[in-house]
This record gives sequence, C-alpha cells and structure tokens, in this order.
Amino acid sequence: MILQALAFYLFATVLLASGVVVVTSRNPVYSVLFLILAFFNAAGLFVLLGAEFLAMILVIVYVGAVAVLFLFVVMMLDVDFAELKKGVQSYLLPGLGIGGLLFAELVIAVSAHWHFAPHAVPAAATPKGLTNTAALGHILYTDYIYYFQAAGLVLLVAMIGAIVLTLRHRDGVRRQKAWTQISREPSDAMAMVDAKPGEGVE
Amino acid sequence: MFLTNWFQHTAGLPYPWAWTLAQVILIVVYQAVVMVSVAFWILADRKIWAAVQMRRGPNVVGPFGLLQTFADAMKFMFKEPIIPAAANKVIFLAAPIIAATLAFAAWAVVPLDEGWVVADINVGVLYLFAISSLGVYGVIMGGWASNSKYGFLAALRSAAQMVSYEVSIGFVIVTVLIFAGSLNLSDIVRAQGPDMRGWYIFSPLFPMLIVMFISSLAETQRPPFDLLEAESELVAGFMVEYSSTPFLLYFLGEYMNIILLCALMSIMFLGGWLPPIAIWPLTAVPGVLWLLAKIVVLFFMVSMVKAFVPRYRYDQLMRLGWKLLLPVSMLWVVVAASWVVFVRPVWGPFFAHLFGG
Repeated sequence: MILQALAFYLFATVLLASGVVVVTSRNPVYSVLFLILAFFNAAGLFVLLGAEFLAMILVIVYVGAVAVLFLFVVMMLDVDFAELKKGVQSYLLPGLGIGGLLFAELVIAVSAHWHFAPHAVPAAATPKGLTNTAALGHILYTDYIYYFQAAGLVLLVAMIGAIVLTLRHRDGVRRQKAWTQISREPSDAMAMVDAKPGEGVE
Repeated sequence: MFLTNWFQHTAGLPYPWAWTLAQVILIVVYQAVVMVSVAFWILADRKIWAAVQMRRGPNVVGPFGLLQTFADAMKFMFKEPIIPAAANKVIFLAAPIIAATLAFAAWAVVPLDEGWVVADINVGVLYLFAISSLGVYGVIMGGWASNSKYGFLAALRSAAQMVSYEVSIGFVIVTVLIFAGSLNLSDIVRAQGPDMRGWYIFSPLFPMLIVMFISSLAETQRPPFDLLEAESELVAGFMVEYSSTPFLLYFLGEYMNIILLCALMSIMFLGGWLPPIAIWPLTAVPGVLWLLAKIVVLFFMVSMVKAFVPRYRYDQLMRLGWKLLLPVSMLWVVVAASWVVFVRPVWGPFFAHLFGG
C-alpha cells in the first residue's frame, strides 16, 4: 500500500506541477512537452485506479497522436506568445472569477450528498472475473451498441464534412497514376534501333 | 517470482520491499542482456549485408569481428559531444535519452517464455503500441532542438512517416486481438498453442503478417523506407547535428525497436515461445530459444530487405501506407471478426486439424 501511496503522490504532484508549467511557460514548445508529461501522469493515475485500458488509450490517443499534431503546429508556427500574453493583465480578474466559480461549484457538487444513481451502480464497478477491457467492451459493444454506432456516425459526418470543406479540385494538376507506372513494360518504352554509322537515329 | 520468494523468506524482507527489490534486479539484468545482445544484432545486420554484396563485413576486432560493435560504441563514447551553439540544450540532450529509454521500456511486457516476463499486464499489446507510438517524440524533439533546417525538415518527414504507419500496425494488432481474445501477450501466445497448426501465420491472418512486416520496416525507418537518412542523398536526417553518445543512444534505440518489432511479430504470428511441433525433443528446448530463433528468422528477412530493395520515394511511401496497407488492414479487421463469429463456431473442429483457426 505504501508503494501505491508513494506512486499516487508522485503522479499527482508531477501532474499538477506540469499543468502549471503548461500555462506559465514562455516557450510554447515547452508547454506542449509539459502537456505530454501531464498526460503521462494522468495515465499513471488511471493505472493506480485499476483502469489500465483507459490509461493506455490515453497515452496512445492523446500522447501518441493528438500531442504530436500540437507539437507539429507549435514548432512550425512562428507565434510571438509574449505578444499574445500582453493582454493577460486585463483578463486576469474575470478569468480568476470564472475559475473560482467553477471550483466552488465542484466543491458544492462533490461535498453534498453526491452518489451514483441506483441503476448505474452495477455498471460502475468491473464485474468479477472480467478484465476492465472486456467489461468496457461488453458495455460499449453489447449493452449500448446503438448509442455507440450513433456516436460513430456523428464522427463520420464530421470527418466527411472536414474533407468536403477542404478538398478543392484544381485543374491542370498532373497526378501520378501508380497503376500506369507499374504496368508499363519495356516494350512500351524502348525500341532497338540499328543505327548505321554516320546517320544517327531519327 | 523466485527472487521475490528468496528475498521474502530467506532474507526476511516484507513482501512489498521483497517484490520491489526483485523487480529492480530483474529489470537491470534483463536490460543489460538486451543491450549487449543489440551489439550482436548490429553485427549480424552488417555481416548479412556484407555477404549479399560479397564483402566480408567487419572482421578485424575480435574473432570474426564479434567485438566490432563494442569498439564502435567505445569510439562514440570517447568522442566529444558537440552541441550546436543555437541549439536548445536541454531538449537536444533529452531527445536521444527519451528515444533510448522508450526502446528499453517496451521490453517490459515481452514474454520470453511461459511466465518469463517482467510485467505480465492485462493490456500488454496496448502498452507496446503506446510505447512505440511515443518513439516519434525522440525524432521531433531532436530535430527541433538542433535548430537546423535540415534536421527539422527530416524530423517532420520521419514523424509523418512513423505516424502514418502506426495506424496500420494498430489495425493489424486489432485483428490478432480478435483472434486471440486477449490483450495479454502471454495469452496471445497460449491461444496459438500447442504447435504450429495454431500459429496465426497459418490462419486467415497471414496477410496481416505481411502488412505488419512492411509497416515495421517503415515504422523503424529501415530500408527501403529509410528516407530520413538516405546516405546517398542526405547527411543523417534529424540526427545531423548529433555526435558522440547522444548519437549512440539514437542508434541503440533504433536497433532495439527493430528487434522489438521482430519479437512482437514472432509473438503475434509465429507462436512466441512455442515449438513448431509439440513432441519430446522439441518441447524440451527452452521456450526462450524458440522465440530467439523466430526473431532471428524475421531479423534476417529485415536485413535482406535492406540489402536488395531499392529505396522508396516519399510520395510512394505515403501512398503505400495510406492507400494500400491501411484499407487492407481495416478490411481484415472485418474479415477476422466475421471469421471468429460465423466460421469458427461452425467449422472450428474441422479447421483445428488444418490450422488452429
């Protein structure tokens, strides 16, 4: 247990500290790198909670894919973040106010008699004899398959929408046709010509 | 397990400390073995390549050149590490360390034999996939921190390449998971027992082994997909500013990833530690040797590809990844799921004689 407690405090401290650095860092690349560190520690907390599937998915999706895109963008953009941060003074007070309000709401919500709905309790805990990957699979693909499919459909629409909005067919672009290239034979491209001396080849 | 028991009962430590101490010792020994073995994989790679080109390869340091890699490593370590003046020093040095550490960390879940695994976790395959998808950070961070146009461009290219091919590796893993019904690597091997009829290479998953092999080459930047450090065209890709030990770390990480993916392919498709035929003299051989033999076969193929396949162009590489391997592997997820749901319950006993199905 003491190892678990130590691990919890390690992950939680690093998570909070790196979260603070994400916001305060001057260099945006550092911000993204510390964001990645924060994701990692969140994954560690998931593992401590026994949600190993979520932990791995967090690392694969957020660290392995989303944060790579962030890093790409931040490294290639030449954004002067000091310039952007100039207005921080004027927004500080309203920002703190909204943050404090949200925090107070959270405290009220959690400290009041907060509990699971009775029908949600059996679904919340991992059933005996199943790993939590299998339990999640059962819930997503067996119990709530239609909701899951509907969510998938929404994502598909978003994907098609993004493609339709950005795809432009331009005229006069010579595209590579891989099949014609592969199926080209030496006989299509070469000819043996018997060149006579002094006459050359036409 | 044995070490934990020893610390607990003979040395009289409480269980958590005994377990921690045993794991630490196990990890250190394991990593040392893996790291020393990398020296010989590198040598094997060079020897195979030399043999194809009818050269002798490294043959001066030690018998048959066995110590060549150690000599090279020494040379790198005693060189002066040069850090470019405009580089971001912290990230510049952190990037190769991250690359090498991730390559080591991945080995934690690889089962070498029944029960021979440092961390036998339920989501072993996902862990491996997560770690290998992090490999891209070593590349981008190194390229960016060098503060060099060439390094950065190469880093972007190779990051795009790694991210693209990860997608199809992910789908290949999904097909294997559907067949094995588990995310635990040891369970995946057990599902392929008892002999080679059960291996997924002899099942409808065979095309996925090919997809996985090609994607692994691209993922580890091996020829024919080594565009980022094409020696005849570029200097050294994102590593252009690196020298000495940082370069050595990248080099080490790269080879460890290649061997790791060979091990992963052996576990997912070639039955891991299982012998090809479950009869006496073969079953008496320790499983780790069978796994090693399978890794050697795959590594040999990887080396041979390096020796005879011409390099791809960048657009061809992207086309192959997104337009061929990705659709095929996605389609195969459907095929594998249909097989497990519709074919296996009906024809299972029949196919069990031919292959494990």
